[in-house]
Amino acid sequence: MQKLKNLLKVFLIFFKIGLFTFGGGYAMIAIIEREICEKKKWIEHEEFLDIVAIAESTPGPLAINSATFVGYKVCGVLGSVFATLGVVLPSFCIIFAISFVFDAFLSLEYVRYAFMGIQACVAFLIVNAGIKMLKHLKPNWLNGVLFSLSAIGLILLDLFAVDFSTIFFILIGGVVGLSVYLAIYIKNRKKTIDNQTQKGDE
Amino acid sequence: MPILLDLFITFFKLGLFTFGGGYAMIPILTDDVLAHGWLVQEEIMNFIAVAESTPGPIAINMATFIGASQGGFFGAVLATLGVVLPSFIIILLIASVIKGLMKFAGVKAFLSGVRPVVVGLILATGIGMMLTVLIGLEQIGEKVAFDWKALVIFAIIAATHIVWKRVKKKAPSPIILILISACLGMIFYGLIP
Repeated sequence: MQKLKNLLKVFLIFFKIGLFTFGGGYAMIAIIEREICEKKKWIEHEEFLDIVAIAESTPGPLAINSATFVGYKVCGVLGSVFATLGVVLPSFCIIFAISFVFDAFLSLEYVRYAFMGIQACVAFLIVNAGIKMLKHLKPNWLNGVLFSLSAIGLILLDLFAVDFSTIFFILIGGVVGLSVYLAIYIKNRKKTIDNQTQKGDE
Repeated sequence: MPILLDLFITFFKLGLFTFGGGYAMIPILTDDVLAHGWLVQEEIMNFIAVAESTPGPIAINMATFIGASQGGFFGAVLATLGVVLPSFIIILLIASVIKGLMKFAGVKAFLSGVRPVVVGLILATGIGMMLTVLIGLEQIGEKVAFDWKALVIFAIIAATHIVWKRVKKKAPSPIILILISACLGMIFYGLIP
C-alpha cells in the first residue's frame, strides 16, 4: 500500500514538472531538485548532483534521464516507469491537441505572417544556442578540429544535398575522442616503462 | 516500411544519439525528417517554435508533433515512445546494473569527442536555417530570393537579445523572443507591402 502511494506521488510530481517547465532541460532540474531533495527528501543533494552529471552525459532528453533515475531510486523499476510517464504525459497531451488545430491555425493569413517572423527567430535561437555552447568548449586543438570539421562538413553536405546521416558525425567524434585518449595513454605508459628500464640499467 | 514502424525507428535513433539536451537533437531531427520527406525546412522551424513555447522537453514535443502529423494518434505514441525508450533503458541499466559506467575513462574520452561535434552540428543547422529564411537557399543551384523583411526581423530579435541581456543580466526566454517575432512577422508581412 505504501509503495502504491509512493508510486502515485512520484507520478504526480513528475507530471507537475512536465506540465510547468518551459524550455526543457535545465529549467527542469531546478524544479526536480526542489521537489525531490528539499520537499520530499527522497534523495540526498550530493546524489542528485551525480544524477544530473549522468543525465548530461547519456543520450536523450535531460528530463527523461533524470525522471527515470529519480524514479528508480525512489521506487525501483516501477518508479522509473511512473516518473517517466508522468513527465512525458503533459507534453504529449498538449502537443497532440495542438497538432489537430495547427494546420487550420496556419491557414489564417495573419498567423502565417506571424510564423514567417517566428522562423527568423528560430534561426536566431539555434545559432545563439550554438554560439553559447561554443563558448563553453575548452579551447584545445581536439575541440577546435572536431568543431570546425563537423560545422563546415554539415553545411557543405546540406548545400550539396549529399545524403550522410548526422549520426555518423557524432560516432566519428566519439571514436576520435577515444583514439586520442588511447594514444596519450599508450605514450605515457611507454614513457613510464622506459623510465623504469633506465632505472633498472643504472 | 510502414509509417508507424518508420516513426518509431527514426525517433528511437534520435533518442539514442542525442547527447547534450534539447538543441542537440535538432540537427539530427532536421536531417532525418528532411531525408524522409516528412516536412520541409519551414515546417520544421514552425514546429520548433511550438515545441519551445509549450511546456515539457523539446524532444518529446517534437516527437509527438511529428508523429501526429505523419501517423495520427498511434504515430504520436510510437514516435514519443521511440524517443523516450533509449534514455529509459540506458539510465535504468546505469542505476541498477552498471553503477560505475560513467567513471570509465573510455566513456569520458568518447564524450570528449562527441561534445565539440554536437556544437558544430547545432551551429551548422542554425546557419542552414538562416540561409533558408533570409535568402530562401536550401541547396546549391536553387534560385535565391533575398527576403529583407526576414533580415530586419532577425536583426531586431538579435538586438533585443543583446540589449535584454545587458539590462536584465539574464538572457530573455525563447518564448518572449518568439512572441516578439510573431508580432514583427504580422507587421512586416501583413502591413508593409
